[in-house]
Amino acid sequence: MYQYDTIDKAMLEDRAAEFRGQVARRLAGEITEDQFKPIRLMNGLYLQLHAYMLRVAIPYGTLNPTQLRKLAWIARTYDKGYGHFTTRTNLQFHWIKLADTPEILDQLASVDLHAIQTSGNCIRNVTSDPYAGATAEELDDPRVWAEAMRQWSTFHPEFSFLPRKFKIAITAAPKDRTAAKVHDIGLVLRRARDGALGFEVMVGGGLGRTPYVGPTIREFLPANRLFSYLEAILRVYNRHGRRDNAFKARIKILVAALGKEEFARQVEAEWAKIGDSTDLPDTELARIRGAFAPKSFETLPARSEAFETAKAADPAFARFVRNNVKPHKKPGYAIVDVSLKAIGDTPGDASAEQMEVVADLAERYGQGDVRVTHEQNLVLPHVKLDDLPVVHAALAAAGLATPNINLISDIIACPGLDYCALANARAIPIAQHIAEKFRDQERAERVGELKIKISGCINACGHHHVGHIGILGVDKKGEEFYQLTLGGSGAEDATVGQILGPALPYDRVADAVDTLVDVYLRERQGDERFLDTFRRTGTAPFKEAVYADVH
Amino acid sequence: MPTYIRIEDGRARLAEDAFSHVADDIADLETGGVILSLARFEAEGDRLISEGRRVGVRLASDEQVEALAYDLPRISLVALDFPKFRDGRAYTNARLLRERLGFKGEVRAVGDVLREQAGFMLRVGFDAFEPADGSNAQEWDAALRRYRHVYQRAADGRAPAFAERER
Repeated sequence: MYQYDTIDKAMLEDRAAEFRGQVARRLAGEITEDQFKPIRLMNGLYLQLHAYMLRVAIPYGTLNPTQLRKLAWIARTYDKGYGHFTTRTNLQFHWIKLADTPEILDQLASVDLHAIQTSGNCIRNVTSDPYAGATAEELDDPRVWAEAMRQWSTFHPEFSFLPRKFKIAITAAPKDRTAAKVHDIGLVLRRARDGALGFEVMVGGGLGRTPYVGPTIREFLPANRLFSYLEAILRVYNRHGRRDNAFKARIKILVAALGKEEFARQVEAEWAKIGDSTDLPDTELARIRGAFAPKSFETLPARSEAFETAKAADPAFARFVRNNVKPHKKPGYAIVDVSLKAIGDTPGDASAEQMEVVADLAERYGQGDVRVTHEQNLVLPHVKLDDLPVVHAALAAAGLATPNINLISDIIACPGLDYCALANARAIPIAQHIAEKFRDQERAERVGELKIKISGCINACGHHHVGHIGILGVDKKGEEFYQLTLGGSGAEDATVGQILGPALPYDRVADAVDTLVDVYLRERQGDERFLDTFRRTGTAPFKEAVYADVH
Repeated sequence: MPTYIRIEDGRARLAEDAFSHVADDIADLETGGVILSLARFEAEGDRLISEGRRVGVRLASDEQVEALAYDLPRISLVALDFPKFRDGRAYTNARLLRERLGFKGEVRAVGDVLREQAGFMLRVGFDAFEPADGSNAQEWDAALRRYRHVYQRAADGRAPAFAERER
């Protein structure tokens, strides 16, 4: 893992000191809430329905045990004993007092964490593959590039007041676990025929009111030219992105308005003028790469007797392995998905105790490495097969071993009307009702991969457009209604879902999902996923079944 | 008169402003340097400069510095407007003025200019400021030196972190 050096640490200390002064000015009444708002937003501090919310950045979703324990401590000391992991792989504390925030930022800085650029119209936390450095599928370690982008984007003097927020995802595996195609910029590492490393560059994907799958504007960008090319994209956007209407200000609107060819042409023209003066020197890339050098893995046999014995003896462990354990690039190791989707709980929430359990397991059995996924789960990327039974037992005891990764109860939900001032409807209880319906794990496994994503309003923080089943909360004359979309995907086969029909009332949603699943099981051919069946049949059989009940 | 802060010898100082902003509909110009809109500069700039007047140009945030490319040698200063502090187009204009067009004269931040933006502004090449938040030169000086390090190359010539690490 990358270790912050004295320069990286000084940046965080200076930021924390600056914010301490700004909060003092606000608390002393020297500045009004209106004047304070842009300042606090640059530090990840939002004013929500009930309290301040502090959004802590978890750069490319990577944490060490010390950092996770600090987050647990903050949750216990300054919040209500829990935190909420988000689809941006950040952590939100929803019950924060303004006067405590300078101290919290100092505490975060002491373990190399911060809330920089977790809000505001700037370049936000970069999303990367949670299996980076562990999966055999990847061409390169995307964290190297993600860390370089973290530094480049931090307090960028030219691009901190963009028309709107800006999100970048990077992956190096064919299976996309970052939703790269629905980011402002999606970068996918590729190898040219001569073996040279580079990026496929997609620009202008996004969700929100106007969802788009990002078109590719460059099939192959030589890896060492990344930063000048990013600068060209950002400069074109900073100059030409709309600023008259916040809902039309994301880069996707500019790309769609110009067309991808014209947008690409403008970027290439600007890039030619920039030259390579802003590219990162190879020496710095090598320094960062060194920090992510492969861990000292032991040479182990591919087969672990302890693991096989436990799997044969304990059906619960076997089920956990089927759903939450993925192959590792090194023999004798595995990637472990830690579910934050316990049936009946709030998706993405973790208590301070749970954070500490994961931190301890990472330290003892996981090479000190923890990842956060954009699907709001955690990952222990390097666990020995021999240790899996004991890790599973410890996770199970903490309510963290729900064997539901990628299954119907592994739901993404935004905080919704329970917390958020923008929401039209609740999202969390809908997720809970659906999860309850599929509590029977036998049945959930029979249904297989099914991604449900729920947003409490059109801003789409719950990514409903790219859910296999998407659920959007809408307001109808003061009542909560929910519009269903089917067939979306945020992965390598990214697609925006299609609206099924009229919105349903709150208490009909979980039943409707049940009906959709029944239709799928009836129509399914071979080993089709829900998404595959839907793509083959279209909406008709699903629509008929859901709305038949209404009449 | 707005507060006018200049960077001199690396410090932010309160300074005497030798220029006055001239609105497009004012016919009689005061003596001394004037700052004109781009439209007025295009109409009257040649004449004023030939009369020996020092002329600056104020660009709105939707105007691009490339429009001034051939006039820069004759212009004393470029004022870049922030209609709202959130409108970040002037950062690109300032940086291109310095890095691409090689402008050596004053680049002044005008409009909704807040001390919270000081560090960003200095880095892209601004060297004069008319703060809109009542802040004074001492506060600007403190804001400008808030961060001991920077991560990117920009127009201020500061060594970024990756260059510092090689030393």
